[in-house]
Formats: sequence, C-alpha cells, structure tokens
Amino acid sequence: MRLFPATPPAGPFRPGFWRSPLRGPWLTAVLGLLLLPMLIVVAVTGFASHTAYQPALPGNAIVDPTRDLPLLDFGWPTGPAWLYAVSQGLHVTVGFVAIPLLLAKLWSVIPKLFEWPPARSVAHAVERIGLALIVGSALFLFATGVVNAQLYYPFKFNFVVAHYYAAWVFTAALVVHVAVKTPTILRALRRHGLRPARQSLARTEPEPPDEHGLVAPDPARPTISRRGLLALAGGGSLALLVATAGQSIGGPARALAFLAPRRDPPGGGPNAFQVNKTAAAAGIKAEQTGAGWRLRIGGPRPRTLSRPDLLALPQATEELPIACVEGWSTTQTWTGVRLRDLAAMAGAAGRGCTVESLQRAGVLRRATLTADQVDDERSLLALRVNGADLSRDHGYPARIIVPALPGVHNTKWVAELRFL
Amino acid sequence: MIRRLYGASPLHLAGHLALFAVAAYALGQALDARAAANFALWFCAAIVLHDLVLLPVYSAVDRSLQRAAPRAVNFVRFPAAISAVLLLAYFPLVLGRADANFVRAAGYTPSGYLGRWLAVTAAMFALSGLAYLIASRRPAASRRSGP
Repeated sequence: MRLFPATPPAGPFRPGFWRSPLRGPWLTAVLGLLLLPMLIVVAVTGFASHTAYQPALPGNAIVDPTRDLPLLDFGWPTGPAWLYAVSQGLHVTVGFVAIPLLLAKLWSVIPKLFEWPPARSVAHAVERIGLALIVGSALFLFATGVVNAQLYYPFKFNFVVAHYYAAWVFTAALVVHVAVKTPTILRALRRHGLRPARQSLARTEPEPPDEHGLVAPDPARPTISRRGLLALAGGGSLALLVATAGQSIGGPARALAFLAPRRDPPGGGPNAFQVNKTAAAAGIKAEQTGAGWRLRIGGPRPRTLSRPDLLALPQATEELPIACVEGWSTTQTWTGVRLRDLAAMAGAAGRGCTVESLQRAGVLRRATLTADQVDDERSLLALRVNGADLSRDHGYPARIIVPALPGVHNTKWVAELRFL
Repeated sequence: MIRRLYGASPLHLAGHLALFAVAAYALGQALDARAAANFALWFCAAIVLHDLVLLPVYSAVDRSLQRAAPRAVNFVRFPAAISAVLLLAYFPLVLGRADANFVRAAGYTPSGYLGRWLAVTAAMFALSGLAYLIASRRPAASRRSGP
C-alpha cells in the first residue's frame, strides 16, 4: 500500500532543487553543537526565573499555580545579590546571541521540510511531528522573547503564560531531538573531524551522499566555505552580543550596547536609572503619595506609619541591583528601614510578608516574600536612593528592595506590608 | 516486532510519546488562557513565516547577489547578513514600533536606534569594501582563498 506517489511533486520536493554544496550532516551537527549550549543556558535561566518569582506564594503566580508543573517550587535564595541579574541577563543576552546560529541551523536542514515521501514509516511521521514542535516552539519563543524585551506587543495572549508553556514544549522536544540525533552527530564528527572547518573556499567540497537527504545530489559551485558560513553566523552572534550585553553589565558597557532596549537612563540626577513601570503607567495619583500616605503593617502588632515615622527609624544603606525579567539590570545605593526590623516591630519576626502597592490594577501590584527574604539584613523598605528621596517613578514614598529578587517583585509605592 | 511495524526502536517511540504528552498538556494550558486563537496563530505563523517566507526571501536575495557580483559576493554577504540579523532582532526599536508602550512603561521615548543601526551597517559595509579593495589588489593566484 502506498500513501504517496513515488515521484515527488515539482519544486522543493525534488532533491535536485536544493543545491548548496555546504549542507550535510557535518555542517548541521556542528551548528547544532554550537547552538545547544546556548539553548541550555537560555532554558535553565528561563526556568530559574520562573522559580525566582516563587509562584507558590500568595499573589505571586502569573501562570495559574494549580495547573503549573510542580517541579520548580523551591525557595529562591537572597545571595549572591547579583544572582537574578546574572541569570536573567544571560537568559536575554544569550537568547539574542543564539538567533544567528538558530537561523543557520534551520537553513542547514530546510530540505528536510520537503522530504518525499512525507512519511516513510510511523516512526518517521512521529519524528516529524516532534520536529514541527521543536521548530514551532523555538521560533515562537525567540519571536515573543525578542519583542517582549522591547516592550512591543503585537499579540493578544499573555506573554508570560505563552512563553512559559512554549518553553515546556521546546525543552521536551529538544531533549528527544538531541537523544535521537546524537548517533548522527557522533558519526559525522568521527568521519570528518574538524577538517571541513579548515577547508578554504577553493577546497570546499560537498559531503559524501548521506541517508538524511541533506547533501545536495546536484551541488552548485561553492561561493563560501564552511568556515566562512560559521564565521558569518558567529559574526551575527558577536554583533548581537555587543548590541545587547551592556544593558545587563552596566557601567561603560551600557553605552556600547547600541541596540539594547534599556541602554539610556531617563533624565538626570540621583534617580536617573532605568524604570520598569512609571507611576503614570501604574495609575499612581499624586494625592496617594502625598503627606497623607501611611504604611499599614499587618501582623500580631499592627502599625500605621507615616514617611517621617519611617525616616525616624534606624536607617540602613545597601548597594543592590535591580534586575528586570527583560534582562537589563542596574545597581544602585538604597537607604531605608530593614524589613526584619519592621517584622520585629509588628511582632512577626521570622515570617514571610505580602507587600501591597498603591497600584489598584495589574498583575504585579502585590508580591509575597519568603521569611528568608524578609530576614536578610540587606532587604529594605527603601525611602531614598543614591542620597536623594526616591522619585515617583522609582516608587516614592517607599519601595521594596531585596537581594536577588526579580525586579517587579521589588514592589513600588508600598501601601501595606502584611506579615503572614 | 515493534521495529518492523513502527520503523525505529521502542525507545524512539517512548521518547516521542512522552514528548507528545508534555506538549499536549502545555499547549492545552496555553490555549486555555487568554486569546487561544491568537496563540495558535502565532505558533503556526512562526513556522510558516520562517520556513516559507524569510528563508526563501533571503535565499533569493543571496542568489541574485551571486549573479550581480560574483567576485565580491562575500564582501557584500557579511555586512548585509549581520545588518539584517540586527534588524530582525531589534526591528521594534529600530523602526519605532514599540514607542507608545515603551514611553508609558519606561518614562522616555527611545531614540537613536535607527541612526545607530544605520551607522553600524555603514561601518560594516565600509570595512568590507576596504577588505575587498585590498583582496582584489593581491595576485590572482591567492584570490580564491578568501572566506
């Protein structure tokens, strides 16, 4: 019984259509091996970020916690303080840097999309569905990640939910793909070693005919060597690294990051560092943050404190990074009251705490901190930054700053601390 | 037996069944959230736009470049491809697509992205042009040893 005609339809389904003399198992194996470590970094840091939001705590989850895959619930540490800045900086920067290699990898296997017959066996059909999942989820993850980092939302779905679940599809598909292809990769490398990478253009020859349908049966004359192609993809990656990394590294590197979304600080003065969400965007009104503002503290001994009351308490100064899920970070010098002191004042020493913002709507207007995060001596209810009062956009009258905590969980315009 | 009917080892089948279970669960969750149709559209459009639009378009551009400038092809390819990938990754900022959201969230209008992308593109083409001039002054015998 034959499902498909023996002769492929015209065009890309005919093997002779694909003529690049560079394609073959060796090239695809090498591109895959260059891409794989980057994908592992992006996946690990991505799931680490999900964990860092501590979705099991009240109000923290963006992905419905009753349906979340429960593998990642453990307490996110408060040290080292740069943990989230580095982890999420890697997620976004390595993601951008991987784009040229991903494109090159997909180019190297494009004839497989037009394989004929479309399914040789059940196993072949099953594998191709797996490949559709890996390619679809990879392109989806890169596309949504790239636009999200630039605050461009041409889609209607919730970015976090879609990016997260697509990452599960991608990770599972990648594990299976690597397992299935490892023998092919090893065979290609054993057969050719690194020799094809050393061949000049004049010596570039097609790989021997293969059973995978990657090697062109009727190759054109090469116009670039394999090392030239690798240099081209590497050059693209290097350009994206330079264009992006500075927004996570900070200092002079920030100005070098010529396309990074958060390279420029807004305005001038002590508060001139990156803002994730302005007071206007959060709907914070001037009258909410004036002299009438009070901090409510809930616990065994509830308290209500004004800003002068808070300034009269012992003040601590800590140099801590604020690191956004979009990959950028910036380290500033914060001054305020230690959270552990406020916990002790409320009779709630050693407890976690839900922080409520003045913001009336929006998913991230509250966040719950663990007992360890409240108890860390560097964790502050910050009132001042770099020697000046917080600006409205940085959370005046008071904001949370906790080491290694994702940026948006450092709640701004704090209205209430409710110890658990 | 399985190998004959299925076409690969039982492990291959087990691995893929596990993958499909995870994928069905995860895609089901994503589709149960807001704007399911839009999510499905993006997931499929990503494949179609890359495999059937982007790749054929850049391949066609590359072939016409090979015909137009056979000797200088890589000296155009390098700056053009790197510039294109920068634009692909950063088009919302370079083309000013993100502005309204960006201003609301970050508190200022992002500026200079188009200028810096053009400047980097121009610099890469200038360097590549210089490299071409140097390469084409070398004796013909060594000319084909380029990238």
